[in-house]
Amino acid sequence: MITAPALRLAGDILAQFRHLPDDQAVDTVANHIRMFWDPRMRAQLLELATSAGADCDPLVSRVVTSLGD
Amino acid sequence: MTLYADHDLGTPAPAQDAPPLTLEIDGVSVTVPQGTSVMRAAALAGIDVPKLCATDSLDAFGSCRLCLVEVEGGRGTPASCTTPCADGMKVNTRTDKVDKLRQSVMELYLSDHPTDCQTCSPTGGCELQDLATTVGLPDMRYGLEGINHLNLPVDDSNPYFTFDPTSCISCSRCVRACGEIQGTFALTIEGRGFDSKVSASAGETFLESECVSCGACVAACPTSALQENSVIELGLPTRTVKTTCAYCGVGCSFNAELQGDELIRMVPDKTGGANEGHACVKGRFAYGYASHEDRQLNPMIRERITDDWQVVDWDTAINYVAQKMKTIQTEHGVGAIGGITSSRTTNEEVYVVQKMVRAAFGNNNVDTCARVCHSPTGYGLKQTFGESAGTQDFRSVAKADAIVVIGANPTDGHPVFASRMKRRLREGAQLVVIDPRRIDLVRSPHIEAAYHLPLAPGTNVAMVNALAHVVVTEGLVDRAFVDARCEDFDGWAEFISSPEHSPEVAQEVTGVPAEDIRAAARLYATAENGAIYYGLGVTEHSQGSTMVMGMANLAMATGNIGREGVGVNPLRGQNNVQGSCDMGSFPHELPGYRHVSDDAVREVFEKLWGTRITPTPGLRIPNMFDSALDGSFRGLYVQGEDIAQSDPNTSHVYASLKSLDLLVVQDLFLNETAQLAHVFLPGTSFLEKDGTFTNAERRINRVRPVMAPATGKHEWQIPCDIAQAMGYDMSYDDPSQIMDEIATLTPTFKGVSFARLDALGSVQWPCNDEAPEGTPTMHVEDFTRGKGRFMVTTFVPTTERATRKFPLILTTGRILSQYNVGAQTRRTPNVMWHAEDILEIHASDAEMRGIHDGDEVTITSRTGETVLRAVISDRMPPGVVYTTFHYPLSGANVVTTDNSDWATNCPEYKVTAVQVTVGTGLHDTDVELAARAAR
Ligand code: SF4
Ligand code: SF4
Ligand code: SF4
Ligand code: FES
Repeated sequence: MITAPALRLAGDILAQFRHLPDDQAVDTVANHIRMFWDPRMRAQLLELATSAGADCDPLVSRVVTSLGD
Repeated sequence: MTLYADHDLGTPAPAQDAPPLTLEIDGVSVTVPQGTSVMRAAALAGIDVPKLCATDSLDAFGSCRLCLVEVEGGRGTPASCTTPCADGMKVNTRTDKVDKLRQSVMELYLSDHPTDCQTCSPTGGCELQDLATTVGLPDMRYGLEGINHLNLPVDDSNPYFTFDPTSCISCSRCVRACGEIQGTFALTIEGRGFDSKVSASAGETFLESECVSCGACVAACPTSALQENSVIELGLPTRTVKTTCAYCGVGCSFNAELQGDELIRMVPDKTGGANEGHACVKGRFAYGYASHEDRQLNPMIRERITDDWQVVDWDTAINYVAQKMKTIQTEHGVGAIGGITSSRTTNEEVYVVQKMVRAAFGNNNVDTCARVCHSPTGYGLKQTFGESAGTQDFRSVAKADAIVVIGANPTDGHPVFASRMKRRLREGAQLVVIDPRRIDLVRSPHIEAAYHLPLAPGTNVAMVNALAHVVVTEGLVDRAFVDARCEDFDGWAEFISSPEHSPEVAQEVTGVPAEDIRAAARLYATAENGAIYYGLGVTEHSQGSTMVMGMANLAMATGNIGREGVGVNPLRGQNNVQGSCDMGSFPHELPGYRHVSDDAVREVFEKLWGTRITPTPGLRIPNMFDSALDGSFRGLYVQGEDIAQSDPNTSHVYASLKSLDLLVVQDLFLNETAQLAHVFLPGTSFLEKDGTFTNAERRINRVRPVMAPATGKHEWQIPCDIAQAMGYDMSYDDPSQIMDEIATLTPTFKGVSFARLDALGSVQWPCNDEAPEGTPTMHVEDFTRGKGRFMVTTFVPTTERATRKFPLILTTGRILSQYNVGAQTRRTPNVMWHAEDILEIHASDAEMRGIHDGDEVTITSRTGETVLRAVISDRMPPGVVYTTFHYPLSGANVVTTDNSDWATNCPEYKVTAVQVTVGTGLHDTDVELAARAAR
């Protein structure tokens, strides 16, 4: 059972925008998350991305940084 | 026939724009459009020519010879139903000659008809009986000697109506209704002359035949030969109330016909914008659930879900909820509670729930069951067109030349719309079906799809990209439209032209021959009017939103937007999916799809509501479940929705709901979710509701109560009372005030009020100063967002793939006689058509596993297992299995995963990797136990 899907979801969103240059992809994903995610989902993403450390997709890490939570 | 029938004008109206002509009928001058029959013109002038085989819902047939008239200067006595009016014509409908002719025709009919008019069920409602009086044979006693049909057996196989051939006059109205209106062609007139009689399919009973029990033939029958069982048992109704069907997103208008508070029958309303006099088996007949013995009428509470329910009064229940919710917030924070709205309740009932959450709970934790069906529609159409709704009215399909049906099964899911579509297809429109399963539309009487593209589940985006690739690379783009109306085309065109999107590459992924993809794309792009209709087979995927945008791209590239006959049209599942979304049920949007982060919008609401609104989005349903498990979400109010059955990965849902401190369920029945609830608040059926539903074409229809709430409280009052008990002032005298508040706050609803709906019948939003009577077609001059935006739609394959362990892909759908999780339809005789969910499996997959037709099989996915009966079917390609989800025991969602659409979290119901094995190996799961308890 997956009880913390925030990281997977962020990856899923990113996958839709891989065709964009990295900066734009990061902005688009961060903006999507700002528009649609409850703050506790964002907190969960931060926590999961942090604990994944180097295993976290670098662009997802940049999204997390850009969200500034 | 109907008791309160609108004046039957005998034949249908000709084209509205036909030039006028003037004639004289019985000395009265009448002006009508060219193409009008003499019968219709006479009726419009107040002269009803006697008729039996004619009715204005069917094309004229000219068989009964009762409607004869004389035309000055003309020869003979032509049938007025088949004679078109001519300018300057002089018609006499009452001459000695025609009176005599009519009498002898009538005598012939009556000679073979039962004489028990006084005891026959439709007394006062039989056209034959009325006509006997009109033509001057009121006391006729007919010779019964000789050959007649009076000993033919009655067919009472259908649970809702009976066919008594002894009363049949072979007028063929039923046969024509079944063909012309319903499009099923189940009936024929067998034999000739005196021996002719109505027959269902090949001499079968109605139940065994192709008949889908839509009731069109019953409505068309002028005698009691085809009669509703309720009328036979209870007699004719004495009053009528106009209202709206509570089942699917077609939103058919009905006259509910009653005796006192007892509903006798539902008669589809000819003036209903969505259905124009037609209906399906659910809306017309399956209303018995509203008075089913399982219905709960009292509020109940219990401390723990293992305790017995305690019946309490409303005040106790409301205060219990309010206190518990407040306590949870005190202990765990403002965001620890939330609510879910229902697409089965009225706009007004939904509005007050989201207002309760936003204003009394003080957060945005409100979501709707549309999350699990059409949330990608909202997202995808908003991104591209600027409005989260379908572009057309249903009538528009009558002007379509190429119809593309994607991931929808209209004949089962949206039957009345399907009948309209089938009519257009019989007139010659071309059809493309994109669906893994060979749905009925692919080949049915008088209809054959030009192309069926049976793509592998989960490859929609690859398919839509390939279609668009053909349009762009073969020069089929409507440049004038794109240049004038759209933006971001060039980037998109470059993306879509890349060889990786060619049909030849897509063939590898989708399994559909490249040539078929090319041909289908050409057909759509080159048709004068190309229209796309789609359903949950589009949205319930990990790329549901991408696919919606892909279809919007296709429509924009070919200029198929902004007029009749074209468009991108979601077929919504439940009756008020559109409305529940419009009413601000999503956690990021206020009513009218305005984002909570928009300061100006919030200010308008804050001023009227007298409270602060949180500017950040709240939890979506799947986030609520996740947050319940991590302990940050503890109180949930569920309005009329069975999330334990309808949401994916059932064991996850059960675990989440069980971990709540307070689960409040408001419903008609103790459904699966209620098994886990602490408070049960009884809801009202559509017969008690007062409000509005908004159908898939944005049409706002009134739902009018035919009786007082059996629970003692209107459903819209419940959230108001809870809010009040939590300290937030929220009250209305009646639901029209709620609609007035919606209109004040929502620009697209500005012109909507109960008074306007009562005056116009219905309106399609936007309804405002610019469009006071509503908007049937959207994006006519400009898109709602200004320019239509092309969106790049990269195909990202789902992670849910067939593996060695789970080698088959399960996909889900629905069936005509049942509705959603079946809570209503399972409690009606509709179970005669579908008594259990079954698994359709291809013969080769079955053989490999030793499965025979009718075997019980176990379906296992990575999340769970369930048992269904297998039916061998060649409707799906090998490797794909299919089921419906109408029964809790089959627990189709036990096996679905928690994959979801990237943008909206709409679950990926349509793709689950499974293994199917013969026999039952089911263990006692929560689901099974709860289902057993529910029984
Ligand atoms: S009920 Fe509908 S489908 Fe059945 S025979 Fe009558 S018209 Fe045809
Ligand atoms: S069943 Fe009714 S509608 Fe059909 S042919 Fe007989 S009388 Fe006419
Ligand atoms: S088509 Fe839908 S709205 Fe119409 S009667 Fe059937 S279930 Fe009701
Ligand atoms: S009504 Fe005209 S022929 Fe029957």
